Amino acid sequence: MNPEDKQETYESRRAFFKKTLTLIPLTVVASQVPGFVDAAPGPSSQSPSATPHSTTAQPYAPVFFNELEWAFVNAACARLIPSDALGPGAIEAGVPEFIDRHMQTGYAAGDIWYLQGPFHEAGPEFGYQGKLPPRDILRVGISALDNWCKGQYAGKRFSELPGSEQEAILKKIEAGEIKTEGVPSKVFFSHLLNETLYGFFSDPQYGGNKDMIGWKLVGYPGVRADFMDWVEQTSKPYPLPPVSMSGRRG
Amino acid sequence: MAIQEKVDAVIVGMGWTGAILAKELTDAGLKVVALERGADRDTYPDFVYPKVNDELAGSVHRKYLQSLSKETLTIRHNVSQQAVPYRQMGSFKPGDGVGGAGTHWSGCHFRALPEDFNLRSNYESRYGKSFIPKEMTIQDFPVTYEELEPHFDHFEQVCGTAGQAGIINGLPIAGGNPFEGSRSRHFPLAANPDYLGGKQFAQAARNFGYHPYPIPAANASGPYKNPYGCQLGPCNFCGFCSDYGCLNYSKASPNACILPVLRQRKLFELRPNSQVLRVELDSDKKKATGVTYLDASGHEQTQPADLVILAAFSYLNVHLMLLSGIGKPYDPNTGEGVVGKNYTYQNLTRMTLFFDKSVQGNPFIGIGGAGQVIDDFNGNQIDNAKLGYLGGSVLWARQPGGGPVRGISLPPGTPKWGSAWKKAAQDHFRHQFYWEVQGANMAYQDCYLDLDPTYKDAFGRPMLRMTFDWKDNEIKANQYMVGKLEEMARSLNPLAISADAKKPGEHYNTTRYQSTHTCGGAIMGDNPKNSAVNRYLQSWDVSNVFVMGACAFPQNNGYNPTGMVGALAYWSAKAIREQYLKAPGPLVHA
Repeated sequence: MNPEDKQETYESRRAFFKKTLTLIPLTVVASQVPGFVDAAPGPSSQSPSATPHSTTAQPYAPVFFNELEWAFVNAACARLIPSDALGPGAIEAGVPEFIDRHMQTGYAAGDIWYLQGPFHEAGPEFGYQGKLPPRDILRVGISALDNWCKGQYAGKRFSELPGSEQEAILKKIEAGEIKTEGVPSKVFFSHLLNETLYGFFSDPQYGGNKDMIGWKLVGYPGVRADFMDWVEQTSKPYPLPPVSMSGRRG
Repeated sequence: MAIQEKVDAVIVGMGWTGAILAKELTDAGLKVVALERGADRDTYPDFVYPKVNDELAGSVHRKYLQSLSKETLTIRHNVSQQAVPYRQMGSFKPGDGVGGAGTHWSGCHFRALPEDFNLRSNYESRYGKSFIPKEMTIQDFPVTYEELEPHFDHFEQVCGTAGQAGIINGLPIAGGNPFEGSRSRHFPLAANPDYLGGKQFAQAARNFGYHPYPIPAANASGPYKNPYGCQLGPCNFCGFCSDYGCLNYSKASPNACILPVLRQRKLFELRPNSQVLRVELDSDKKKATGVTYLDASGHEQTQPADLVILAAFSYLNVHLMLLSGIGKPYDPNTGEGVVGKNYTYQNLTRMTLFFDKSVQGNPFIGIGGAGQVIDDFNGNQIDNAKLGYLGGSVLWARQPGGGPVRGISLPPGTPKWGSAWKKAAQDHFRHQFYWEVQGANMAYQDCYLDLDPTYKDAFGRPMLRMTFDWKDNEIKANQYMVGKLEEMARSLNPLAISADAKKPGEHYNTTRYQSTHTCGGAIMGDNPKNSAVNRYLQSWDVSNVFVMGACAFPQNNGYNPTGMVGALAYWSAKAIREQYLKAPGPLVHA
């Protein structure tokens, strides 16, 4: 496959995803969250069907996000790590699925944060001092940013705007130039970006980094976790492809 | 409240110092109960491959660190501020669970320099008494390097530490640190192999006339059996060291190096999931009667004991002392009182060097605490009067291992997302390494720990409050050292470098990871007016309470604290065994 073919494929996949977004049912299924369990699966405990490795498989139905939030997450992910001449991006890697699943974990509910009051204002050196856990930072931020967009763009939400406009908005929110009700915009943006990066680079069992797309992009060998033969080898690039926690090779 | 059967000694916390004291006290025939607030953990089943090699679990969910949800501290920059909770883990990473921070450290295993012990008197003799600013409350350790040498040595033997001696019995050895205190023998294992960034650092350092040597690292460089019969295997450079437990029995930890023996001892009982709330004192507050804790079911229990060892993480020992009324709380206005005094930290800056694709930095390869370091700007090697600051620093190359979830460093000015980020991440991830400045932190009258008047933890206790900020002295030291490191970095002609030296007036940022080397608050000293514990880590006020950890440091030097923490624990244990048990009571008379 030459690079042009690749580009075409990714573009057509993006078009496919855009279409499927409107088809996603609103049903919220209370289900277990595969991947997020204390005991990580061994090499044989995960069947290929449990982790879809093809981006053309049945689209993932979100459990945490509602339809409007899901549209936002997909649009934002496509801008934060775009599919481009270098290869596939966050959408192809399944990052929205990762985020939806990640938002159902104890971590996202604030299990490792101190979330009790009283809540005092403090300088940025003291970290986020609000009462929202990670999942609500995203939810409140998404709603606030969509509301801001509706006011600025004749009732249109973020996901309904052209890509170039979305990029401009993300730059503004990154710089703290848009006020988002309920959560500081810089806090919201950094969580959105971090979740996207976590999804792009975490082990594929969590729903993102499909086909180890993220690891292959940067040359991370995944969980090989043994470099006894390579620690002093400095003249040649590390030769092996990535391997995932399930033992799959990328 | 249920009352447990009385034991000889109760130990609060099962990290390095708890395990060391449990070993030493059971060796002496004492019945010991250890209370650990977190879960029991061991190499199997907790740190096995590939379960432990999960960046999301280890570095985002912080599975091997303390959750802040129930117990955290509050922080402020100065006495006039309202302190706010440390709500998300950032600047420092306390551990919990059996092994404590000793499971998720990297393994840098330094000894302090001889002149780090008598810091104040050394500066006074070199530069005159007026050289030390009045608000700088630095003190000498009430113990010398020579007294601690056998204990530094023993802890290295227990850890299977890999390194290159620089001085043995006063004689210099090529390739080691020419400025170190004299050792009684070689490290138990030879230094680890070097990765690219370490080799380049050593070469650059030699070109500048400095004296590079391998960082002493508690990461086994070969098969090893420690004095307790515990076996370590050679490090395979897996890249999951800081934040993670070791999958390979290579990184020294209480779990790998001491607990295999303790777990078999009838005199030793480990109770995990046991949150100690306070130390119980008798009516005149001169003697501890035991500790009160919440057991795994949440029921309050009292464990009576003749001897109470506080071996929790550094500042948590201070918290327990303040909550229990052990010693007089420090007052920053008058300088009186001792518990909470001289909280110090570590002055650290990372510099990342970016190269073209011909340079294989491979940051995913991790070598634990190993790397290359220079002491040319530490201890008596520098003229503090000329430089205008107190405290030394080390410069080093280290690579405990990193993956993309832990973050990909990119050249300054690179966008954080979009196609430009993607291109930069691909271009730079494999072709970079980082070097660091790690500097001392002097103690100050207004940097201290006390109980927060507003916030309470989930157990209803006032939280610990930290009052701390960077001072001009540390900012000046950091700027000078970052400049020196940058000279070395530029000599390699990198494509770009990133490093933020501290700026004048810069405040302590609790959100950026800098170091887990939190020190002071229960400092050791030569009299009860200037310190919370005596030279044997025994409380001046409650003589059957001994307080372990870096909370004993009067101020922090340029090195990582664990080597000193381990040596002090063995030194204290020896005094308990050889002096205290024969005649319980104060070991030093004020």
